Amino acid sequence: MTTLLEVQQITKAFFGVAAVKEVSITLEAGQILGLIGQNGAGKSTLMNLIGGVVQPDSGTMLFKGASYTPRNPAGAYHAGIAFIHQELNLFTNLSIAENLFIEDFPTRSFGPLRLVDRAAVQQRTKEMLAKVGLNLSPNLTIDRISPGERQLVEIAKALHLDAPLIIFDEPTTSLTARETERLFTLMNQLREQGRAMIYISHILNDVLALANSIAVMRDGQLVTQEPRQNFDVKRMISLMVGRSIDNLYPPRTAAPQSQTLLEVDGVSAKGIVENIHLTVKRGEVVGLFGLMGSGRTELARMLFGMDSIESGSLTINGQRVTRFTPRESIRQHVAFVTENRREEGLLMNISIADNVALVALPEFARTAFQVVDQSQMRDSARHASSILQLKSGDIVQQPARSLSGGNQQKVVIAKWLLANPAIFIMDEPTRGIDVGAKYEIYSIIDQLAANGSGILFISSELEELIGMCDRILVMSRGEIFGEFDRDQFNAETILRAAFREEGDSL
Amino acid sequence: MTLPTPDSAQPPLTLLPAASEPPKSRRRSGIVFLQRLLLSDYFVLYLTLILFTSAALIFPRIGLASTLGLPNNIANQFLNMWPLLAVAVGQSFVLIIGGIDLSQGSVMAITSVIGAVVMSTVLEPAMFDKSPLWGTVITADGGLLHGSAWAVPIGVLAMLLLGAGIGFLNGFAITKFRIAPFMVTLVTLTFFSAFALWLTQSRNISGLPEGFLRLGTGDIISVYLGPKLEPDIARRDILPAIAYPTVIALGLALFAQFLLTRTVMGKQMFAIGTNRRAAQISGVPNDRVIIMVYMFSGFCASVSSILYSARLGIGQPSLGNNLLLDIIGAAVIGGTSLFGGKGSIKGTLFGVAFFVLLLNILNAARLSPFIIDAVKGGVILVAAFLDVARVRLVNREQSA
Repeated sequence: MTTLLEVQQITKAFFGVAAVKEVSITLEAGQILGLIGQNGAGKSTLMNLIGGVVQPDSGTMLFKGASYTPRNPAGAYHAGIAFIHQELNLFTNLSIAENLFIEDFPTRSFGPLRLVDRAAVQQRTKEMLAKVGLNLSPNLTIDRISPGERQLVEIAKALHLDAPLIIFDEPTTSLTARETERLFTLMNQLREQGRAMIYISHILNDVLALANSIAVMRDGQLVTQEPRQNFDVKRMISLMVGRSIDNLYPPRTAAPQSQTLLEVDGVSAKGIVENIHLTVKRGEVVGLFGLMGSGRTELARMLFGMDSIESGSLTINGQRVTRFTPRESIRQHVAFVTENRREEGLLMNISIADNVALVALPEFARTAFQVVDQSQMRDSARHASSILQLKSGDIVQQPARSLSGGNQQKVVIAKWLLANPAIFIMDEPTRGIDVGAKYEIYSIIDQLAANGSGILFISSELEELIGMCDRILVMSRGEIFGEFDRDQFNAETILRAAFREEGDSL
Repeated sequence: MTLPTPDSAQPPLTLLPAASEPPKSRRRSGIVFLQRLLLSDYFVLYLTLILFTSAALIFPRIGLASTLGLPNNIANQFLNMWPLLAVAVGQSFVLIIGGIDLSQGSVMAITSVIGAVVMSTVLEPAMFDKSPLWGTVITADGGLLHGSAWAVPIGVLAMLLLGAGIGFLNGFAITKFRIAPFMVTLVTLTFFSAFALWLTQSRNISGLPEGFLRLGTGDIISVYLGPKLEPDIARRDILPAIAYPTVIALGLALFAQFLLTRTVMGKQMFAIGTNRRAAQISGVPNDRVIIMVYMFSGFCASVSSILYSARLGIGQPSLGNNLLLDIIGAAVIGGTSLFGGKGSIKGTLFGVAFFVLLLNILNAARLSPFIIDAVKGGVILVAAFLDVARVRLVNREQSA
């Protein structure tokens, strides 16, 4: 067996913080390497180094025995490394065929002109789609197909290259169970053809089923790379975490009360969510778990009044909501910590103080001209920041963009604290922040609940929901597909519900 | 098996460029100084002063070398500044929320015409009998309220309301129909320019009452720099130190500065300009603020129209025709970002001063109008480039 890829002592730091530290891995031809680790462990950075997206600070890579130094993604592509990203890189306004051939359309001569050979494009697109088991028209635009189908198109595109090495970064998050199975069959076929793959996933059983060897990363370092036989799920988790899971979450300090704060009754919007019923009580943390594309974010946006609801009703604190707008929701003391800090949460170039004060701004207004009482505003912002133990310089001077991810998230939460909300809708509040900051966010969630707020905690990390919630609801394909109380929490059962494997435990 | 712990002894990382760099050399501190200067609020003011001093040495008529020309010219400079300042203040507001208002020139034209239609005291029938308003609204005796004591206040009020009204149309179309600001204001620009020309059949309306003309030229405090002996002082030797336009434009600018920095609306404007979605989720009434800002922009354009019309003494349907580049140029030179979320009235004031001075110098150099326009374009290009460079600089400073 020949060594295809050899990564030696590679290091990459961003702004002085090492994301990947002296990592060495090897990959044989015709094998699948499973790569696991928590969010922020450095998996994606390592893959970006191999895929030419970023360049290493030190260390070397050998590919097919020769020195390999990709300057950019195109360099990696031409060297023979295909990279299927976690975030899809398709042009949603173009057709499947156009996406597949965007880099090199087959052409034919027409006098001095090179024309796109439409017949060949159609023919070859169909063949490529058939390989991944998709039966779609090549002319469909990407925005008309499901997230799972998009993922498979992306894979078809990677296969088109005949790359000896294919990197899969969390390919199954948006796939249905059946599509996932089809992908695994395909990967096994590719392995038999002698291609090598790197497979990154949070679903450890999948990694165990597929991989020949498994590499575990933690805090930017390689913990170990060993043959698959040496692993079971328990060992994988303890290697990833590096400490007992018990210490990852703060203890909950108070029990839910009986008063219902939020009641969602039969909310539907065609093709997005269907007949959603849920309640959140005072002091309760309710987890909403679902895979990507399950409709959880869409539901949150509807509850906050950002997208429209077709039928069903919403009762907040005993009052039925009649107008669905963010402003109305804020007036009803609902807070929405959005999934995406950069795009929807923060004003990056604006000072921390102004960010924190934004929601409650009208409350600092004086006189008919709505003059802002600056000193009171700043005092309140400072107070909220100190409650959340925000680590920053002068909040009046420092812009939000200069903060770390965890501290940025605290600014988002602080901004809502000033509006004195009773219900928090938190969509992926710990995405992209490090383990230590996560713990702080969990503590804040616990504190908010202990102070009588109700929290709808949306996450795709099941582990954190199990660690923090009183109750977990599972969403799948726009419906609530399971409900679990704390004493019923079991990762496997909940995941099954998310995948809609009804047979076993539901 | 032993696992490497995260805090195990590691060789110190030498990845930060700052850490590996040699101690600050003279060259480096020079660069730091330049960066500071570039990021300073007063950058354009320094630039204006440098431009003024160097021009004064080259073209004596503008500045220090000619004692006779100096105060006169400076007074003129300021008179040129005020109307441009008024309209540029409104544009700055729109740019700060990430929009653009191309229609300001047409607002100036139509309000100038409508003001004159209300106030004019005498009209030449041969010139206006083709106007659609002839015989009903305007006659040989003048405008709608000719001779009335209320003509000026009502005329001015009509101009201001019309300006704000057109701004409202812009804002309404942008927020409720979700049409791009560029498109909406381009349409209002075309429509109201044409409307002003149609109403007057391309003629200037003269005969504006004295009370109105004072708004464009009248002095409040004057300066006389000649010898004390002569009993009669020629009018042209009296220099306006504080004139009505000064008070009106500076008052408007101060009010705008107050709105922008002290009120809820100002903070919400920056929020919208920085990140519209985040602002909406945070409960900012985006639509209302955007409409208010476009109304303010139209209002500022009509104030500028009052100052220009009163100074020229006519209602001019072509007023503001070629002003768009000057307006946006002055705002951008003053540091207002075309990407939204950044800008100040102070900057716009400096930008206007710089721009007017530059034009004055170019005129004094007796360059052809084409060359002047080309230089103008070049300067605005440099300003827009500086805008991008500043953003990069700020980002680099923060990530280091």
